[in-house]
Amino acid sequence: MAEVTIANYMVNFGPQHPAAHGVLRLVMELDGEIVERCDPHIGLLHRGTEKLIEYKTYLQAMPYFDRLDYVAPMSQEHAFVLATERLLGLEVPARGQAIRVLFAEISRLLNHLLNVTTHALDCGAMTPALWGFEEREKLMEFYERVSGARMHAAYFRPGGVHQDMPKGMDEDIINYLPRMLKVIDDIEGLLTENRIYRQRNVDIGVISAKDAMDWGFSGVMLRGSGVAWDLRKSQPYDGYEKYDFDIPVGKNGDCFDRYLCRIEEMRQSARIIKQCIETMPGGPVSSDDRKIVPPRRGEMKRSMEALIHHFKLYTEGFHVPAGETYAAVEAPKGEFAVYLISDGTNKPYRCRIHAPGFAHLQATDFMSKGHMLADAVSIVGNMDIVFGEIDR
Amino acid sequence: MTETTAPDRKTLVHKQEQALRELGEHIAASLGADVLEWSVAKAELTIRVPAERITKVLTFLRDDGNCQFAQLMDICGVDWPERPKRFDVVYHLLSLKLNQRIRVKVETDEETPVPSVTGVFSSAGWFERETWDMYGVMFSGHPDLRRILSDYGFEGHAQRKDFPLSGYVEVRYDNEQKRVVYEPVQLTQEFRRFDFMSPWEGAQYVLPGDEKAGEGAKS
Repeated sequence: MAEVTIANYMVNFGPQHPAAHGVLRLVMELDGEIVERCDPHIGLLHRGTEKLIEYKTYLQAMPYFDRLDYVAPMSQEHAFVLATERLLGLEVPARGQAIRVLFAEISRLLNHLLNVTTHALDCGAMTPALWGFEEREKLMEFYERVSGARMHAAYFRPGGVHQDMPKGMDEDIINYLPRMLKVIDDIEGLLTENRIYRQRNVDIGVISAKDAMDWGFSGVMLRGSGVAWDLRKSQPYDGYEKYDFDIPVGKNGDCFDRYLCRIEEMRQSARIIKQCIETMPGGPVSSDDRKIVPPRRGEMKRSMEALIHHFKLYTEGFHVPAGETYAAVEAPKGEFAVYLISDGTNKPYRCRIHAPGFAHLQATDFMSKGHMLADAVSIVGNMDIVFGEIDR
Repeated sequence: MTETTAPDRKTLVHKQEQALRELGEHIAASLGADVLEWSVAKAELTIRVPAERITKVLTFLRDDGNCQFAQLMDICGVDWPERPKRFDVVYHLLSLKLNQRIRVKVETDEETPVPSVTGVFSSAGWFERETWDMYGVMFSGHPDLRRILSDYGFEGHAQRKDFPLSGYVEVRYDNEQKRVVYEPVQLTQEFRRFDFMSPWEGAQYVLPGDEKAGEGAKS
């Protein structure tokens, strides 16, 4: 009998694949249907955000952060404003902090709704995606009501937030929450006990706590492996220590546990949002340091000094004292951090953006080795990959 | 519900800095000459180490009982063109046990490679690739030091301070050749970078209209 050599073959997954979540190109070496090696090629959405920021004032640099992880824009802004405030030594009034927490949690809901449901779509369930997107649209309306934009809000500013919430919005959010929780229950009802969904996720992409730490994981990817670590609890910022919420932790470190964590985190976010609104303090929403925070429009019409401040802040911007800081927030995807170096001018000298997805995607090879090709889809989908933040 | 007031936060920062100072002293004492300098600023600990000792230092920080920095969160480059060793490579580590962060810095230039820490932390792989891609810092012993974010066949290192913001080439789809072609960048408007340094705060150049003042002083 003639000798037959069976060679492994290479498959290009993406960059135009619906399950690649953006512009991911995976070069996979397959043995039959088993993934032998998986090499992600990224950078197709690289826009040079870090370089661009070096040429912009601090205020002009802010909107770039919306465009990183465009699924949960305000969480990114949060890291940047915290870094800037730390360098400036600026205090944020209580109401500004509470509004920021409120919107950071709305962002978390936005993110998890998208991730959980599109991941379900990758695994063959179509309905959750339709339901999830409807709720996302409603949450984005809240974005729109405070900032005028559905997604790229540019709402968080160094010193607080851009403007106060419109009247009656707090009640609308409170009234909306039960509906939101109902949809989460519905989505869970479709997925958690679903046989196909479980077959696609239980014991898929298992990563131990030690490996997860070695690969620099954070957020749900770390908690799914049983590490109780959340920056909102361990290194609280903007008054997160005032709110009562729980951190769900997985047991097995597989895709299914991470899904369950996300579902529970949504409920906890709803809890924080409720507390935020119930205990919303009064007062100003941003610092009254006029050398950093621009004056209100009405003020500007009457006061010469306010007019000068406004002009200076929107042309030259504020100068930040020389120094460096690393500000991390618990973004929905994990630890999103900004390492900011200032040289005393009005532009950042260096603005390093640490995206959680970058570290997670790096482990694709490690996590999908030995799995079936279809499982690789589930693993990548479950990692919560958004290319805006990975490619920057 | 507890209300955190401003003095509370100050004592908190103070306590945090105290803990970091103790940690810094411990690290400096254990590593001896490997720590060139260490400082605590804005409740963050920074140590500077020689580039060739970086693997040893990070291994120590990961394994020492009083440090346990088990996670390497980030590696990035910083360019200081006026320095003889122009690049800083900055490592950010996180300890879940201590709930502390540490920043480790090494200096290098275009020629001298930094030993790769992929053997210590798996997460270093892509971060080092990115630093190579963006700054051209070489890492010796890296298993796969390819470009990561730039285009296939990209030339130069985009985040160096002497690399222009607009880059050198731009792409467009050529309908005759039926493919994407690279062309030198053409700007319809000259690239503008405004100088906001106040003349009253010591501008380092001759101010417009002030040219004759210098001549007068010379003659």
